[in-house]
Amino acid sequence: MATYAAPLREIRFVLNEVLNAEQLSKLPGYEDATPDLFDAVLEEAAKLCVNELLPLNLSGDKEGCHYENGVVRTPAGFKEAYTKFIDGGWTSLSCDPDFGGQGMPHLLELVVQELICSCNISFGMYPGLSHGAYNALAQHGTDELKQRYLPKIVDGTWSGTMCLTEPHCGTDLGLMRSKAEPRGDGSYAISGTKIFISAGEQDLTENIIHLVLAKLPDAPPGVKGISLFVVPKFLPNEDGTPGIRNGVMCGSIEHKMGIKANSTCVMNFEGAQGWLIGEAHKGMRCMFTMMNAARLGVGMQGLGLSEISYQTAAAYAKDRRQMRSLDPKKQDHTASADPIIVHPDVRRMLMTMRANTEACRALAYWVGMLLDISHKHPDPEKRLEADDLVALLTPIVKAYLTDHGFNAANLAVQVHGGHGYIHDYGVEQFVRDARITQIYEGTNGIQALDLVGRKMPQNMGRLMRRFFHPVSAYLETQMENPNMLEFLGPLAKAFGKLQMATATVAQKAFARPEEAGAASSDYLRLFSLVALGYMWAQMAEVALKKVESDDKAFYEAKLINARFFMQKLLPEHGALFVNIMAGGKVLMELPAEAF
Amino acid sequence: MKLLVAVKRVIDYNVKVRVKADQTGVDLANVKMSMNPFDEIAVEEAVRLKEAGIATEVVVVSLGVLQSQETLRTALAMGADRAILVQTDAELQPLAVAKLLKAVVDKEAPQLVILGKQAIDDDSNQTGQMLAALLDWPQATFASKVVVAGSEATVTREIDGGLETLAVSLPAIITTDLRLNEPRYASLPNIMKAKKKPLDVIDPASLGVDIAPRLTTLKVTEPPKRQGGVKVASVADLVAKLRTEAKVI
Repeated sequence: MATYAAPLREIRFVLNEVLNAEQLSKLPGYEDATPDLFDAVLEEAAKLCVNELLPLNLSGDKEGCHYENGVVRTPAGFKEAYTKFIDGGWTSLSCDPDFGGQGMPHLLELVVQELICSCNISFGMYPGLSHGAYNALAQHGTDELKQRYLPKIVDGTWSGTMCLTEPHCGTDLGLMRSKAEPRGDGSYAISGTKIFISAGEQDLTENIIHLVLAKLPDAPPGVKGISLFVVPKFLPNEDGTPGIRNGVMCGSIEHKMGIKANSTCVMNFEGAQGWLIGEAHKGMRCMFTMMNAARLGVGMQGLGLSEISYQTAAAYAKDRRQMRSLDPKKQDHTASADPIIVHPDVRRMLMTMRANTEACRALAYWVGMLLDISHKHPDPEKRLEADDLVALLTPIVKAYLTDHGFNAANLAVQVHGGHGYIHDYGVEQFVRDARITQIYEGTNGIQALDLVGRKMPQNMGRLMRRFFHPVSAYLETQMENPNMLEFLGPLAKAFGKLQMATATVAQKAFARPEEAGAASSDYLRLFSLVALGYMWAQMAEVALKKVESDDKAFYEAKLINARFFMQKLLPEHGALFVNIMAGGKVLMELPAEAF
Repeated sequence: MKLLVAVKRVIDYNVKVRVKADQTGVDLANVKMSMNPFDEIAVEEAVRLKEAGIATEVVVVSLGVLQSQETLRTALAMGADRAILVQTDAELQPLAVAKLLKAVVDKEAPQLVILGKQAIDDDSNQTGQMLAALLDWPQATFASKVVVAGSEATVTREIDGGLETLAVSLPAIITTDLRLNEPRYASLPNIMKAKKKPLDVIDPASLGVDIAPRLTTLKVTEPPKRQGGVKVASVADLVAKLRTEAKVI
């Protein structure tokens, strides 16, 4: 059975001991964001997630969503849980107080997302998508649009969606066909078919606010001709209540591999009334406001799933008895077999899950904190530096954390043996739920291209230097600490390879762009391993200072996991490096018709 | 009407309790602590009385270490108006707690004091009763339903034989049982507001109460491990064993 307790001690370790997140409370507007408030918020969030959302995860997967005549019904219990969720004000956490938000840092929002995603990723997507719509409207909408829609999205009585994909255009939005015709009153008539629209239709909220990409009649071709519109399911009355039905209908829902309790909809727009967000033809820019936040959010889905996968597998491994320990001294002769956690290969799986998850958490929270600094720091130079790092690390968080989420779920099935393959144990669901996270919000291949094609060359490599310089400086200062050498040695080696690979890819790509494409996924993974190694080195540094404290067991476990990462996981960088250096020629040799 | 609710910070009900190696007590180092579940029910009941317009102010009080402030903040986030911590690192036994609470009651003059029937750490089930005796107020313990009207509270109690209904005149003491209500989740805005609500910390010495323990803990041990059972062949066999071996019938 799924086993999960919110890892609040782990979370506090990263927030308070590694990142010193208290620094956020020094930023204007975040004065209340102190560690004791974080604690109080997370305690309550954990209670709600574990008591209300987790029990609906397996039943929601089994039942799925129901579609009938354009109406979608979510699985039993979802409506009640959503009501509790919005009554608690959880949709308002990081939103602007001007629209009823609580004005808390994005970092705290990310942490709460981790808890939600561990317990029920399908549920989490309903408020998650609304938050994406909130971001785009808050940043690019007119005051009138903001006043009309934001308060109800913030309090959760209305939800939001992102309508991008069409049957023939997924990754390549330049192929878009949906049209927007001016109606002469400042609004537009939107027509077209959108597919794969998460939470496009549901029975949780009284109105659904679609953010839709479409082309104006005078639009230039390609992605430079796309505009963003807000299209409500019900047109709001003057008093703010939902009024007449707009011309947007859910045509069907998809039957899919995972996240079955979240509705994935075909949305048909037939002259639906909509209003422009931001400038005409500049919709992609607005959409990326949503996408960047959403990509971090998808990373948290990977993290959340890896955490519950680990906890479930660890509990099972301590309980399930099969075979004898290979070490006679460790055999338990009061029983006829030993718990499988005695077996080295089971430990290999559990520690691979855990050592990755803990470093992924540190990385994601660091990016969350940088996001807040990039918005609120009074010094423009600090803001720019943080913004650069967020831009650089977002594809890493999205791709690596979701790859790890899937791998961890898969390992959890393996630890369970045959029982892991059985639905009622709840573990195979994690695999199916995790699989989409590697695909949506830009496939992980697209994330890799974003990293090598966009982030690497940006401002003559300025973004890369924002990461490389602090790592170099850290290695240099820490080298004087003899207890740190066992962690710094492997990190320095991998970091050196990353720098060489970076120079090589940048140089080759300049002459032949296909080389960047060929190297991209390996390069993203190499970069990720170095970033996680950097996180582990910092976590080990904290643990070394506290290992003699009264929480000895916690810090000793940190050091063992740091060691495991350096000895058993980081070496993968060597193979990645060799792959990258071999270049991409061989990939392109086979003619397409030979496939 | 002013209500006073007493809350205790205890080891979390989900935590597997470990006895210290030297048998002096239970290991509390780095263990998750939270509000005693019966006290959560007491806070919930008080907040509901306030929401129903019967109570005007809900004051929560805790006695113990500095970290009990977190427990008080939880109560404030659930809807209590202000908090008092009588801060001490000393071991507090039920009589000392009752005496300290009496001193707080004398100062605050509430019309009703609601407490959990017992705390899940020591399971004493004494404080409410002792407080009633010290104040010479009526008491209604193990409440599963509370109706306050005018100067009287009608309380349904869970007793061995079923349910008993008592009317007590106010001021009075009520202790809560599990079925009284289901405590709410604190909402995010209320968690934020709780941070700004008043929380007074007072020194037990200023209350002029003798809190010296009257009982000495000799040692703390885990309950004996459960022995494996046996399968009996027949009902007659079972009855015989119950009679001759277990000696329960």
